[in-house]
Amino acid sequence: MTDVLVCLKRVPDAAGEITLSGDSMSIDARHVGYTVSAHEEAAVELAVQIADETGGSATAVSLGSGDAVEQLRNALAVGCSAAVLLEADAEAYGPADVAEALAAVVRDHAANGTTYDLLLLGNDAADSGDFQVPIRLAYALDRPVVTGISTVEIEGDHVTARGRGTEGPEIYEVPLPAVVAVMEGGVSPRYPSIRGRMKAKKVKIDQSEPSLQPAGNGRIKLVLPPAAPSKVEILGEGPEAATAVVDLLVRLGVAR
Amino acid sequence: MSTLVLVETDADGVAETSGEALTFARGLGDPVRALVIGELSEAVTSQLSDYGVEAVHHANGPAFETYAAAAWAAAVVAAARETDAGVVLASGTPRGMEAMAHSAVRLGASMAANTVEAVSRHPMVVNRQVLGGSVLEQMQVDGDIAVLTVAGHACEAVPADAPTTPAISTLEVEVPESDLIAKVVRTEPGEPDESGGLKAARVVVGGGRGTGGPDGFGDLTELAELLGGVVGVTRVVTSLGWRPHAEQVGQTGSRISPELYIPCGISGAIQHWAGCSSAKTILAINTEADAPMVTKAHYAVIGDLHEVLPAINEELRRRRG
Ligand SMILES: Cc1cc2nc3c(=O)[nH]c(=O)nc-3n(C[C@H](O)[C@H](O)[C@H](O)COP(=O)(O)OP(=O)(O)OC[C@H]3O[C@@H](n4cnc5c(N)ncnc54)[C@H](O)[C@@H]3O)c2cc1C
Ligand SMILES: Nc1ncnc2c1ncn2[C@@H]1O[C@H](COP(=O)(O)O)[C@@H](O)[C@H]1O
Repeated sequence: MTDVLVCLKRVPDAAGEITLSGDSMSIDARHVGYTVSAHEEAAVELAVQIADETGGSATAVSLGSGDAVEQLRNALAVGCSAAVLLEADAEAYGPADVAEALAAVVRDHAANGTTYDLLLLGNDAADSGDFQVPIRLAYALDRPVVTGISTVEIEGDHVTARGRGTEGPEIYEVPLPAVVAVMEGGVSPRYPSIRGRMKAKKVKIDQSEPSLQPAGNGRIKLVLPPAAPSKVEILGEGPEAATAVVDLLVRLGVAR
Repeated sequence: MSTLVLVETDADGVAETSGEALTFARGLGDPVRALVIGELSEAVTSQLSDYGVEAVHHANGPAFETYAAAAWAAAVVAAARETDAGVVLASGTPRGMEAMAHSAVRLGASMAANTVEAVSRHPMVVNRQVLGGSVLEQMQVDGDIAVLTVAGHACEAVPADAPTTPAISTLEVEVPESDLIAKVVRTEPGEPDESGGLKAARVVVGGGRGTGGPDGFGDLTELAELLGGVVGVTRVVTSLGWRPHAEQVGQTGSRISPELYIPCGISGAIQHWAGCSSAKTILAINTEADAPMVTKAHYAVIGDLHEVLPAINEELRRRRG
């Protein structure tokens, strides 16, 4: 029976066109919408699978604005059974602050009888990309941590975690409780069913405010890199462009 | 005060990305010292001398036989103390990121990941990539020690004006058992590393998420063969396991500089662009005319790669007769 806590961050959907807020301190995502990173979607899928296989539970937690409830409900809709919102301005939190706040949740829940044997996070957040929260969280709780993991398997009192190293798969065997930072690609996140969505609506989300004073993330401002003027020559559309392409290949001396 | 660089090595010596980190480090002004973990070859020492490194700290022994991030961090912290480091940095590779994050916690320091440039040294202010590289964050890294990772291929690896004769010393590192709990216990044989061919190729045909899956590379491979080139891919493609990591182009993959790069179904994220921007000519094939890869390319075809590529291959074969 493994109880898993999976950490999610509500972030702007970077696929759309990005604009900045008036003070250049944050991304204005009103027109692009919000999401969680693909790594975290994979982490949710792994959490739900482990909960199912071991007869345990999967709880989702997010530190963010009240709107992050949307991301928590999505996690509930695909099989998490509980959700925790730490209501705070995530932009004012540095990775050390987030880790501290998440560690407090783990400690509080342990004091109330729920021990999370496995903490799953994304490898890096899609917006701040700090590459630190999982590792800082592990230190705060004095647990071992592995990163860049695509699949996990619980075997008794330890977790076997497999990552994609540059020279081939790398396998870790780490005693529980442990922290694992997940990279997308090992599992395909399931889509929520209508029943799942209905069920998710009924779950009461545990809401509170973190009690710590955040030290911040050192941000001075955000800058949009200037878009270089495009000089592209469109050779055509669809298969009809093949002649023009091969003419170009010949001109460039890479084909006869 | 010095700048300490965690140097990763590969079969050729200093990894290209570590060469970039060393170049970045020189730009900060303080003497640069290198930490090498594991074997230290002649090639590595001589390249570190070319990069103007003042001293090499070498950590070796049973604790470093298989990779454990915490053990690496123990070495980084020992070296940082010994060298009175004001800045500790590594390239933004998976190992570099992980070792730096562990080290930052142990040093009680802040860390800036994926730095592309230093704006000032006192205070330490950097620009770094956020939101998948589409936005830069200007960040102040407070504290006595700043920990950074340098985004791969964000700067060029350039030797120093004059080579140095670095002092080489063995670093005494105390690695407690607890730092070896999370270590690689097993690796599985990966695909042969053919990234050398990728870096040297005259023609590279690129495949991204738009290929649709591991079976979507047939036409791409055929075009590469017809042009005497090789296949390169995006991180999405390697993460999903569609193709081996050795084929990855970009910040955390190879940097290529072919005569011609043909990215197919690749959006052109900044991290991919970092690895292919030195291609002489870029011909993008994409369904979206406003994909960054298209707007940054010299030439483009707008269309489905599964229709466009077969037509190109057929036309090439036809002309060949
Ligand atoms: C720290 C860090 C390091 C990274 N390192 C790297 C790296 O080294 N290399 C790398 O590549 N990425 C890297 N990335 C990831 C990068 O940000 C992008 O996510 C990735 O490059 C996108 O891959 P893609 O273009 O294949 O996919 P997408 O961005 O999903 O783009 C798919 C493209 O295919 C087009 N398309 C879809 N179907 C078709 C079709 N049938 N025919 C033609 N076109 C089609 C779409 O219009 C779209 O433009 C890194 C990210 C981070 C945060
Ligand atoms: N505000 C947050 N709330 C919950 N989890 C977070 C938050 N920020 C970061 N995380 C988790 O930590 C991972 C790595 O984030 P980072 O270190 O900021 O790149 C993310 O993928 C999340 O799983």
